[in-house]
Amino acid sequence: MKIETRDVGEVRILEPSGKITIGVGDVALREAVHDAVQSGSKKILVDLSDTTTMDSSAIGELVSAYTTVTNRGGQLKLLNLPPKVADILQITQLITVFEVYDNEQEAIASF
Amino acid sequence: MISAESNVHLVIGSQIENIELVQIVLEESLRKLEVGDDASHAISLAVGEAVANAIQHGNERDPGKRVEVDLALDGDDLVVKVADEGRGFDPTQLPDPCAPDNLLQPNGRGILFMNSYMDSIDYSFDAQGGTMVTLRKRLGAPRPEAPAADHKEMG
Repeated sequence: MKIETRDVGEVRILEPSGKITIGVGDVALREAVHDAVQSGSKKILVDLSDTTTMDSSAIGELVSAYTTVTNRGGQLKLLNLPPKVADILQITQLITVFEVYDNEQEAIASF
Repeated sequence: MISAESNVHLVIGSQIENIELVQIVLEESLRKLEVGDDASHAISLAVGEAVANAIQHGNERDPGKRVEVDLALDGDDLVVKVADEGRGFDPTQLPDPCAPDNLLQPNGRGILFMNSYMDSIDYSFDAQGGTMVTLRKRLGAPRPEAPAADHKEMG
């Protein structure tokens, strides 16, 4: 699992790929969000196109990231949910919490 | 390889990195059983949660305690047993992670994953200590449901 990051204007885009599970990427996700927040970014878009699965620990990290960013006056949104990840967000009912987009330009324009 | 005649028995230390080892063995066994990718993904996620709970909450990451994982077939059902050496817990007392007040909690979704991705989850608690979680999933075609009412229109 690795996380690529890039900036489009004021939006920090995180692109985790592979499995995000306990001990395999959950901490990396936390650190990537932490780095974005520390660098002053308040607009964070997590592109999950290449994420193959997330366990409850990874979902917990995503929720913590959302809370951290929101509490600092920022926004964290999701882009391109693969079916398996979308299923997980449905099961956990977090699909009602996150703003989800399937088009990067629309997602960026939404901030 | 899991077969009707033999099962797989794994004993791991209480280290988080061992979860993936269990999943590798499980997924390879499911591949040989020609279980589809979606079902394999679901089972692997659920079993990963059970092993993670055993390591973190059961054994409290005590390196001196072991987690045992047993994979077996029971007819068309895959049966996975995950046993720890912890103090046990009351599954009826766990908060609902989907309740509005809990939705933004970072923890507490492991059993939700297990219940969502497996057909049944049972717990047993040893009087000497230790919890065993039994996860069951039917492989292959789903059980036939009661026949639906006949909606054929006449004439």
